[in-house]
Amino acid sequence: MSLAIDILSWMLLIGGGLVVVAGGIGLLRMPDFYTRLHPAGVVDTLGVAAIVAGLMLQAGLTQVTIKLGLILVFIFFTSPTATHALAHAARVGGLKPWRNVDPRAQHRNDDGDGDKETGA
Amino acid sequence: MFESAALLLVVAMALALWRATRGPTIYDRILAVNAHGTMTVLLIAVLGFVTRRPDFLDLALLYALINFIGTLAALKFFKYGRLGDGERMGDEP
Repeated sequence: MSLAIDILSWMLLIGGGLVVVAGGIGLLRMPDFYTRLHPAGVVDTLGVAAIVAGLMLQAGLTQVTIKLGLILVFIFFTSPTATHALAHAARVGGLKPWRNVDPRAQHRNDDGDGDKETGA
Repeated sequence: MFESAALLLVVAMALALWRATRGPTIYDRILAVNAHGTMTVLLIAVLGFVTRRPDFLDLALLYALINFIGTLAALKFFKYGRLGDGERMGDEP
């Protein structure tokens, strides 16, 4: 029983760590601010939930578990609020979303204006 | 086991910090610092288990709240140029 809990906790901790690393890579590789909100959301939901659940399984039914649950609840409430405030501020501030233009089209009329269509 | 999770968290924090230094716009930097703060909360909690001192969880709890307030404060400071007194902000030139 204890071994099963240890194995489950180990899987949750390592899986959560890998999810957080994937979020960091996405934060670095995504092309635009609005797309970078997505890996940040991955870190804030699945990464936090998996790692805190793994730590909870190690702590057992103690005060430590209650504190971990409080951390989980606080992050689940504050993180969407902060992300919404950021996206709203960027939208009001005039940041244009990234658009996937055809690379051949961009190459054909290369006037430094990436989002122009080739027709006309 | 806790050490490997802490190592993965440190790698992710380095990636987020890289985005924070490179980010083209100010919003990228604030977003990266916010994600970095969330990873810091997790790292403090995991390090508390590594050193067998779960008292670190109080620090993690505090850091989760400070991180949220700090993100909103940085956004507000970037938008209005100063903090506080939001009522009279439109009156003065």
